[in-house]
Amino acid sequence: MTTTLPAYDEVVARYEPVIGLETHVELGTNTKMWCGCPTDFGGEPNTRVCPVCLGLPGSLPVANKAAIEATVRIGLALNCSIAQWCRFARKNYFYPDMPKNFQISQYDEPLCFDGYLDVEVNGELVRIGIERVHLEEDTGKTLHVGGATGRIHGATESLVDYNRAGIPLVEIVTKPIPGTGALAPEVARAYVTELRDVIRSLGVSDVRMEEGSLRCDVNTSLNLPGEEWGTRTETKNVNSLRSVERAVRSEMLRQAAVLGAGGRITQETRHFHEDTGDTTPGRSKETATDYRYFPEPDLVPLAPDPAWVAELKAALPELPRLHRRRLQEAWGLSDADMQSVLNAGAVELIEATVAAGATPAAARKWWLGELSRRANETGVELADIGATPAQVAELQGLVDAGKLNDKLARTVLEGVVTGEGSPTEIMTARGLEVVSDTGALTAAVDEAIAANPAIADKVRSGKVAAAGALVGAVMKTTRGQADAQTVRTLILERLGAQG
Amino acid sequence: MTDVTAMTATQIAGLVATGAASAVEVTQAHLDRIAAVDGRVNAFLHVDTEGALAAARDIDARRAAGEELGPLAGVPVAVKDVLTTKGVPTTVGSKILEGWRPPYDSTIVERLRAAGTVMLGKTNMDEFAMGSSTEYSAYGPSRNPWDTDRIPGGSGGGSAAALAAYEAPLAIGSDTGGSIRQPGAVTGTVGAKPTYGGTSRYGLVAFSSSLDTPGPCARTVLDAALLHAAIGGHDPRDSTSIPAPVPDVVAAAKLGATGDLSGVRLGIVTEFGGEGAEPGVMATFREAVDTLTKLGAEIVEISCPHFRYALPAYYLIAPSECSSNLARFDGVRFGLRTGDDGNRSLEEVMSLTREAGFGPEVKRRIMLGTYALSSGYYDAYYGQAQKVRTLITRDFTAAFERVDALISPTTPFVAFPLGARTSDPYQMYLADLFTIPSNLYGGPGISVPCGLSEGLPVGLQVMAPTMADDRMYRVAAALESAVGTFTPPAL
Ligand SMILES: [Zn+2]
Repeated sequence: MTTTLPAYDEVVARYEPVIGLETHVELGTNTKMWCGCPTDFGGEPNTRVCPVCLGLPGSLPVANKAAIEATVRIGLALNCSIAQWCRFARKNYFYPDMPKNFQISQYDEPLCFDGYLDVEVNGELVRIGIERVHLEEDTGKTLHVGGATGRIHGATESLVDYNRAGIPLVEIVTKPIPGTGALAPEVARAYVTELRDVIRSLGVSDVRMEEGSLRCDVNTSLNLPGEEWGTRTETKNVNSLRSVERAVRSEMLRQAAVLGAGGRITQETRHFHEDTGDTTPGRSKETATDYRYFPEPDLVPLAPDPAWVAELKAALPELPRLHRRRLQEAWGLSDADMQSVLNAGAVELIEATVAAGATPAAARKWWLGELSRRANETGVELADIGATPAQVAELQGLVDAGKLNDKLARTVLEGVVTGEGSPTEIMTARGLEVVSDTGALTAAVDEAIAANPAIADKVRSGKVAAAGALVGAVMKTTRGQADAQTVRTLILERLGAQG
Repeated sequence: MTDVTAMTATQIAGLVATGAASAVEVTQAHLDRIAAVDGRVNAFLHVDTEGALAAARDIDARRAAGEELGPLAGVPVAVKDVLTTKGVPTTVGSKILEGWRPPYDSTIVERLRAAGTVMLGKTNMDEFAMGSSTEYSAYGPSRNPWDTDRIPGGSGGGSAAALAAYEAPLAIGSDTGGSIRQPGAVTGTVGAKPTYGGTSRYGLVAFSSSLDTPGPCARTVLDAALLHAAIGGHDPRDSTSIPAPVPDVVAAAKLGATGDLSGVRLGIVTEFGGEGAEPGVMATFREAVDTLTKLGAEIVEISCPHFRYALPAYYLIAPSECSSNLARFDGVRFGLRTGDDGNRSLEEVMSLTREAGFGPEVKRRIMLGTYALSSGYYDAYYGQAQKVRTLITRDFTAAFERVDALISPTTPFVAFPLGARTSDPYQMYLADLFTIPSNLYGGPGISVPCGLSEGLPVGLQVMAPTMADDRMYRVAAALESAVGTFTPPAL
């Protein structure tokens, strides 16, 4: 594409964007949607399969009740109505990673419909309408072998792994979201973030975009003020929260360039590229597949008992947004401080650390400081850094008890992260405990005074500030294990100076 | 010992239970019979000699160990090739599954084993159960033991022919539009389609999911009832399976066999009044109605105005479902793969496989169904057919407020000569004119021999309300007690 893109400010001054999001969430049920195969990751290809999820002739699906319950809970958390009666439908199309060459999904009778999710953008609440929440099955994965690119072109063989085939998948579709103007990209990101947090709080999925357990398609269109909504494109392959924001922005810029040049937008699927930050066309919707939806005759209709739905509703956890508000107050954080906690993905970690006995300030210090730094350096999620909230609380307990100083605590934390053991174990094993034995310290202090007679004289003559160099020398000989304040007091005592 | 192959299942089970014959002897006798006559009948696609003898030995060992065995223990059974059998070829009469050995047993086959029956092998059928003559089998037609130049019905012609040729005393069929009852009628045997959901479809290679119903085939009503009881009942692996016990069909068959139908009200469907049916068939049916009256039944005429739309509705619903059900036969995971020479794309290989693997009738129905489900046509075809289905169900419901069961000829014509209807699909479809309504409604139906027309068997169909399968067994057994069973000329 050689077109020069217009400036974002100009685009939003001229056009009004309408966005929409379709999100797929893999549920964390123990078994697949229609059979008893396990859902855990990591098996050898085609080992988590049976006649049902392989679509062998004669096999039949039986709906997973836990998946239905999870979907209803998601619907309830998103303020949806729950269908009193609905059916699964077959979506027919040929693709080798789909064992039956149809996907069992829902069509015009979704399990949950007509809800909303409130999200915060720049301190303002934006209400995102939810069109529907429905349940379907995931497909397998095709691997093209022998080609240079891993794509089908040039490949000598295509291999299919059906371990993921039949994993329950929840699709959440928003209503079109107009009126967000320049904030459209941020609204999109805030929505997916909030949706992820809501689903995580329900405990029904680990909602990891990087691992594909949360996937997002972004619809974008532009129109002139007062005119009808424009033709929309659907951007796929959006694999992180940041990409959600970038994809909307990129598509707004691209569409504005096309429209500005007198062109028209083609209704199509586009692919987002993480590296370049722009989108390229996929298949055109104008020659879209006819999916020939019809009610799935192998399954009976779903009719959730209203009493059961009411029970699930009553048992919903607090919404993450309200929960965060409550934590912010309890922790005494400013909006900006809370935002940095959120950005670091540390809310739950700090919460758990506080629950394990640390003060909010100490918990925040460790997670946003040392541990975030390490996470950034090594490129892992903070939650996967290797230290648990309980260990962080234990570490802080050792500091509070005077057994570790700040520097030693960092060394111990290093050991925790690399899996050496608990903070106490590491402290003991590596002999890192603060030296508080005055006899041993006095010897070290005398040694330092003897080795630095000039400095000692300065201190004796009242230049108390010079004692810092002697403290440093003592800390060096004790390998940092002494308490600096104690060392200083001892030095001043020894030299007859007043602190 | 008299020829065991001429006996009913009930008689054979008695011999085995008392030790008068071993299951191995019974099985060997049937294997010998198959070896002697199946070259002329072509009822079997696969004879599992080793498996059958091993199962028979197991039964004998268990009996010798004093184990309590079920009422059909040691009785051989032939299974329509539409049901999966672990390690035993399952082709559905199609080239596309040639050589496929399923890694699992269907629920019906599991229950047959649990009942101690001995599976002899897999029987011939129209490809994917689409047809009324077995002429659409990719492995050549089966022949009617009454006249080997005639068809044995379809799609379950192999199972019916095996019974009529005394190759097996029991057989399993599947009925989507009449594929158990119509072959039963034209071979002079008994075939019952249970209530939809009364027998499990798990492991039944799907043709039309909302219609397919596996069921029993036998030479007597009581044998069919015993087999029905053995294979029926709830199966958690089939979501459409009814979570209720099978009605007591065996007791009903025994009650019927007393020949007393007093207090039973039977309805004759006005709309099946002979139009399109052969005069000989109608005449035989009317004689049977007289017999039923003599047995004490009260006969009334009942109009089911929407039955006339059953055939067109069926030919939208069944092909629609089949177009989706048969999509999985693409050469990727199992069965035939054609054209995979390393130069062709996946789509081309899928396409070539389906082109080579499916026969003309299957392709015709896939195309019909694909069209009927397409965007813009769905409401006019599939949607409309579903409405007709609702109206037909209402006709049945209204009728069953007035009568206990409905009766009709099973099929409009006796066994026709091979090749007589293959060039005109519609003429072939008419064979199921009287059986299709029950499938659309979901209620049970049974065909029982009621006489001969021009030397060929005619069947009478009894249709009952859903989950009242026992009623049709009672009526059928009563008629059987009066008219007897029918034996074809020696092969
Ligand atoms: Zn499975």
